[in-house]
Amino acid sequence: MNNLIFIAVVLAVTALAYHYGRRHALGVVGGKARDLHSLPGYHGAYVALWCLVPAMTCAVLWFVIEPLVLKQMIASSILESRPGLSGDEIGLAVNEIHSLSINAYAFASATADKKALVARYLEIQSIGSTAMAVLAFAFAAAGLYYARKMIAPRLRARQAVEKAMMYAMIICSIIAVLTTIGIVFSLLFEAMRFFTYVSPIDFLFGLQWSPQIAMRSDQVGSSGAFGAVPVFAGTLLITAVSMAIAVPIGLLSAIYMAEYSSPKFRAWVKPILEVLAGIPTVVYGFFAALTMAPFVRDVGQALGLEVASESALAAGIVMGIMIIPFVSSLSDDVINAVPQSLRDGAYAMGATKSETIRQVVIPAAFPGIVGSIMLAVSRAIGETMIVVMAAGMAANLTANPFAAVTTVTVQIVTLLIGDQEFDSPKTLAAFALGLVLFVVTLILNIIALTVVRRYREQYE
Amino acid sequence: MNSALPAAVAKGPDLSKARIKRRYAAEARFRFYGLGAITFAVIFLVILLGTIVSNGYSAFVATTIALDVHLDKAAIDPDGTKNLDTISQADFRGVVRTSIRTLFPEGTGRSQERELFGIFSEGAQYDVQKRVLNNPEIIGTTQRFWVKAAPDIDMLRKGYLVAADDGTARINLTQQGFYQQLEKNGRVRTEFNTTFFTAADSREPEQAGVLGAMVGTFMTLGVCLIIVLPIGVAAAIYLEEFAPKNRWTDLIEVNINNLAAVPSIVFGLLGLAVLLNWFGMPRSAPIAGGVVLALLVLPTIIIAGRSALKAVPPSIREAALGVGASHLQTVAHHVLPLAMPGILTGTIIGMAHALGESAPLLMIGMVAFVVDVPTSLTDASTVLPVQIFLWADAPERAFVERTSAAIMVLLVFLVLMNLVAILLRKKFERRW
Repeated sequence: MNNLIFIAVVLAVTALAYHYGRRHALGVVGGKARDLHSLPGYHGAYVALWCLVPAMTCAVLWFVIEPLVLKQMIASSILESRPGLSGDEIGLAVNEIHSLSINAYAFASATADKKALVARYLEIQSIGSTAMAVLAFAFAAAGLYYARKMIAPRLRARQAVEKAMMYAMIICSIIAVLTTIGIVFSLLFEAMRFFTYVSPIDFLFGLQWSPQIAMRSDQVGSSGAFGAVPVFAGTLLITAVSMAIAVPIGLLSAIYMAEYSSPKFRAWVKPILEVLAGIPTVVYGFFAALTMAPFVRDVGQALGLEVASESALAAGIVMGIMIIPFVSSLSDDVINAVPQSLRDGAYAMGATKSETIRQVVIPAAFPGIVGSIMLAVSRAIGETMIVVMAAGMAANLTANPFAAVTTVTVQIVTLLIGDQEFDSPKTLAAFALGLVLFVVTLILNIIALTVVRRYREQYE
Repeated sequence: MNSALPAAVAKGPDLSKARIKRRYAAEARFRFYGLGAITFAVIFLVILLGTIVSNGYSAFVATTIALDVHLDKAAIDPDGTKNLDTISQADFRGVVRTSIRTLFPEGTGRSQERELFGIFSEGAQYDVQKRVLNNPEIIGTTQRFWVKAAPDIDMLRKGYLVAADDGTARINLTQQGFYQQLEKNGRVRTEFNTTFFTAADSREPEQAGVLGAMVGTFMTLGVCLIIVLPIGVAAAIYLEEFAPKNRWTDLIEVNINNLAAVPSIVFGLLGLAVLLNWFGMPRSAPIAGGVVLALLVLPTIIIAGRSALKAVPPSIREAALGVGASHLQTVAHHVLPLAMPGILTGTIIGMAHALGESAPLLMIGMVAFVVDVPTSLTDASTVLPVQIFLWADAPERAFVERTSAAIMVLLVFLVLMNLVAILLRKKFERRW
């Protein structure tokens, strides 16, 4: 809440600074705007930026540094009262104080010395944010003073403002890159911590996956097993089932829409297929769990097969249907990009339409189609809600689509939902799985996007 | 000329007719496969939506039972002070139970009494309490309340449950008998389920609603929009209008395209590791959810923004530059306004995508069971898709109905957003 007030005040001051700067610039030339190098509005913006940027820089720096400083200070006061704690224990204690400071309910039942620490924590926090606010406004005032002194008829305010806007836009475009870097580093960092408990070889090639760690160390299976092969195999199985649905149906509908259908039919059917892509995945998950899984089980039993109620088949079919529009719209684009002259050549040889498609259009469009299928595979691997709701939890190493298997995304969700300690291999394993997921989908995407782009360029 | 043709060709049997027939059959078959594939997809869509609607429409109505509650002064307000604190402490459960007993004056017997109480919602006492607190004057009188039936009775009335006495059914024949008698007396009716739109989550299906999730959704999407729109538009303008063609901008471009295809759950892991553990943002809060969704839809919006800017013909830019506008003025005064409808369309579609997203929000703890409607950006809250996920796990039949109804609410929002996007596009689309 305080942050919101701070931002509102800064913005209000900025708006005032704009008006002040504009008025002042006009005043300097006695109201004759044409004597100014830049329009009066640019002078206003110049002053406003000199106000806004120092204040916001100060606030953003504080936002990044504050958690570190706060943790450091509270850690030292914990150490004062309970000397001899190890680094990890201090970290845990600091986290506890932090969560107590947010959660009033838990705070009420905390012990007295913890309450004192929370009070100190909140005190440091409030002193810190007051200091930050004072500092920010001091910077703003200094900026205002400087900008006011700079205003003169010859001041190239427009150039200065435009330069600042350009930097702002560059920063905005870099945010996407920063997101990628953030993903890579956070996954790598946590996965590294995981690999101090479990060796990467065991993780990538182990055949046993049972991440639940027992409460007491002398219980059976106390250490947990983190061999992820069954999880990878389950992911591949469900992906394969979904591709078996999505590729033929998506491709055939793309071919029909691109080559056979009338423009009117196409104008109706294409949006309908795209609705399939717009439905939230949680809806598919609900449908898979409630309707498709019992249906598959009943059909299987009628045929005398043993079908698990959370079979890979049910989740895979529903996922495949969700992916149909991805395959069909991408393939549709790709098929449309094949030059008409190739088709005309085939017709001139006496080929029928389907022969032309099968022997000329598809081979010509093949790289693009492969690219679209790879994008679909990457989508299927990363899909979460359908499998969380309709696939199993237990890791079975099997290729039988009627059995229940688990996937990478299911495991990430189950490992991270609920209470979590950030030091146990159980939660860190989720980040290792996330890293694998990220790397695999990234490779698929890069190859697919490159293939599709090359293909487009070929016919342009 | 004709005489030069070798005679042998004419001699063999003419196979070409059969061959052509075969080829035409193959042609028809191929065409049929294509049509079949489209039909399959469309039929599936119809089945999907049909299942949801047929499962969910009945959740919009609820069974209520008329109960004449004698608001006994001795039980509710013994001092006669009409002090609200005293009243809120009073034993409304007892008051309600007394009035339930009077429904069957012939007496029910002790064991059957429990079955009788089971017909009514646990929340009945709160409805009574609320009305008394709003208007303490009614203490001492007898008032008619239409209280909610228990979820199982509601299901029985809607025909989803069958009563039986062998312990397999959730309702036994005694309860069914009570219910039928009440219905014969005209005490049972079906009314619009306002609770569903005015309450947050609850363990009791008849008291659960989507309001909490809807408010959470609006807050989360609001945060997301505030962050993503300026950043997305600025990045799109820079990359399309100003960026020099070099290795760095190539990298940014490749990076944005790849980021758009990164699985959404990975963004959840990023949010958990960076926003929650590093910056100490509160768990389950709309502010954290909004930031995660903003990072998730940013690439989509940048890509949409760039294609909208690309659609503005260069002649506009040249004309503006020609009369002396600076490069930035050209973009801000001429190109951007013309591209704005396209950018907004892309933004709405991006927000619709964010609205349906649930996996990354699971990672930052928005799966909490929240019984209060959130009031600030740092309150624990949930969003519609996650609410659907939570309800889908609940075993009661009444929750199946509510899950489907919540899905219908979600789909209505999605349809509205897409409709706005389509209308915007139709109204402002220009062919240059």
